[in-house]
Amino acid sequence: MTILRNLITSTGAVVIVFMLALLLVNKESHSADPNQFNRLLAPPSKRNPPPTLDGIHDADGPGAAMLQTPKSAFDILPKSKSGNYVDWVKALDEKKIAPRYDRNDVDAQPIVMDLNIVREVKGSMPNVVYPHKQHTEWLDCSNCHPAIFIPQKGANNISMASILLGEACGVCHGKVAFPVSECRRCHSQPKKKSTGAKAAAK
Amino acid sequence: MRTYDENVVLAIVLLFCMMLVAVDLLTARDAHAEYGDVVINNYSDDAGMRPVVFPHWFHRVRFRCKVCHADLGFKFEAGGNEINMLKIIDGEYCGACHDGDIAWSVENCDLCHSGSPGTPTQVHESTLQKLAKPAAGKAE
Repeated sequence: MTILRNLITSTGAVVIVFMLALLLVNKESHSADPNQFNRLLAPPSKRNPPPTLDGIHDADGPGAAMLQTPKSAFDILPKSKSGNYVDWVKALDEKKIAPRYDRNDVDAQPIVMDLNIVREVKGSMPNVVYPHKQHTEWLDCSNCHPAIFIPQKGANNISMASILLGEACGVCHGKVAFPVSECRRCHSQPKKKSTGAKAAAK
Repeated sequence: MRTYDENVVLAIVLLFCMMLVAVDLLTARDAHAEYGDVVINNYSDDAGMRPVVFPHWFHRVRFRCKVCHADLGFKFEAGGNEINMLKIIDGEYCGACHDGDIAWSVENCDLCHSGSPGTPTQVHESTLQKLAKPAAGKAE
């Protein structure tokens, strides 16, 4: 009996030492891993995690495990390099998805307007080409006009700072539409040689 | 020879260590929410419910932005619509579709109220959230 009890207590002591060691090693791995410093660098394996592992769902609750996982939906969709890692505009163009335009009417079609707006920008970046076409595939005119953008040439003062703060294009881009890090998807028209930073410097 | 009391003490210490390790492993996990996931916690925490997680990706596969943001009047602002369950059962906001016909009905509380308690209202993975902050790792 005594031997048995001693065996149990000594096993307990070993487990405690092991757990403390695990605690120390775990702490060490947080601070010693140089990749931890830049928390934006999520490895591909960490992308599109299931709800139970995404850090915002309560994995112990009854709901999280019942929800669709992003990967199961994104598998057949065209890829992109940021955001959801899905090219949503392409997915719609290629009819990989068929999102309803009316919540009840399956056949309702969007009122698409094909008009590009070119915004000449001050710095050395290429000019911005804003395509109404891709936007009206998803949105209604009233979503942007007139509250976010006054529908008149030259009436909207937009800067990257205001976009980063969530105004103008930043109402959607940087939150749900492709993020601001995709510079060239908007800054897509090369400047003429007579304009731009070099000409301004002369 | 050890006494019974010593074993009890050992058991308590063991339990304490297990809790320490568990807390450490849990808090080490960062949030890697899906881009555009919105947590809405205007009233949930106070009411003893889990906050709501709204996945934009799931909804945009099925509906264009216009359906919610023009037809149903959702503002482009996380937590800015002051949605409550009364409005939902009256067919406003989420309730326009979550009626048991187009989408699952309101009785499935846990499918929407699935967030970790205490998560603040915000759009996850937004550019603003990803801007580098001083003292990396110590940022809120």
